[in-house]
Amino acid sequence: MTLASIIFAGILTYFTRMTMIALISRDMLGDKIKAVLEYVPSAVFPAIIFPGIFINDFGTFIEMNDPKIFGALVAVIVGYFSKNIIATISAGLVSYWFLIFIVFN
Amino acid sequence: MLSKKQLFTRGMLDISPHMLSVIPFGIICGAIGVELGFHPYLVYAMSFIIFGGASQIVFLQLLAGGASSLVAVASVGIINSRHLLYGAVLSEYLEKLSFIKKLLISYVVVDQGFAESNKFFKKNRNEEFLHYHLIGTGCTMWVCWQIATLSGIVLGSFVPEELGLKFAIPLTFIAIVVQDLKKLDHVIVMITCGLSSLLFFDAPFKSYIIISPVIALFVAALLLRLKK
Repeated sequence: MTLASIIFAGILTYFTRMTMIALISRDMLGDKIKAVLEYVPSAVFPAIIFPGIFINDFGTFIEMNDPKIFGALVAVIVGYFSKNIIATISAGLVSYWFLIFIVFN
Repeated sequence: MLSKKQLFTRGMLDISPHMLSVIPFGIICGAIGVELGFHPYLVYAMSFIIFGGASQIVFLQLLAGGASSLVAVASVGIINSRHLLYGAVLSEYLEKLSFIKKLLISYVVVDQGFAESNKFFKKNRNEEFLHYHLIGTGCTMWVCWQIATLSGIVLGSFVPEELGLKFAIPLTFIAIVVQDLKKLDHVIVMITCGLSSLLFFDAPFKSYIIISPVIALFVAALLLRLKK
């Protein structure tokens, strides 16, 4: 029963990946749409970033002094200047850990 | 011209820093599945059949919480519908491939792979075997995800929960978009998306994950009109 649902979910997910690549020809999209598609990374990823920072495991908003906000800010600054993915992630995590284990402990 | 092998390797290298957040998250995903009481084989089957990070956790949490399978399947479909946008962007670079190759390559399109390959494609439009970069990012992600979720299933959550490693996921995506903060139009689009995702967070079936990009793309279209 669960396996059947997993297979359905898998087929559905595969279709979301495949549809635009295999079934739609690029000519079907006009120049205006292509110009808008340039913004896809900026238009999609904040929907993963913002809830990951501002909403906790129970689905409620965090306090404004939550360590995650500080960690995210540090990651933005380090990422902006270093242009390095590992530095960005580590800086965010380390500053977050610094607050939860040392400052707020 | 870069060879197929060079492009594949470049793709692997470009996505590998993201494994810093993907591997702990995969371990957590595997461990949660078993903790929720699902058979280990089923939990692993998801990594192979669905192969979609957060959607796998949501699926199991919904079923464990007593939701119908229809609701769980629909939620996975909606969460993963963002791939439609990735596909629309990538289609330009994959146009010349045969239908079969397009069908195969689609299976390995993931968030970070799309992001890194798209950056590479924009700078190297004229390479003949561009798609090997996407295969490189996608396969690296696939292998790491299988190993990470399997280890979580077998060993349990050996990553201490206190470390809050789920926080590495937003950080990985910050690393992807942070350079676009230099462009005002992109900043506006990002803020629109981010605020909408918080506003619509409680919308049914986790649909905020597709509602907010659609709103943000409308704003992008408006900005383009203003620019002219």
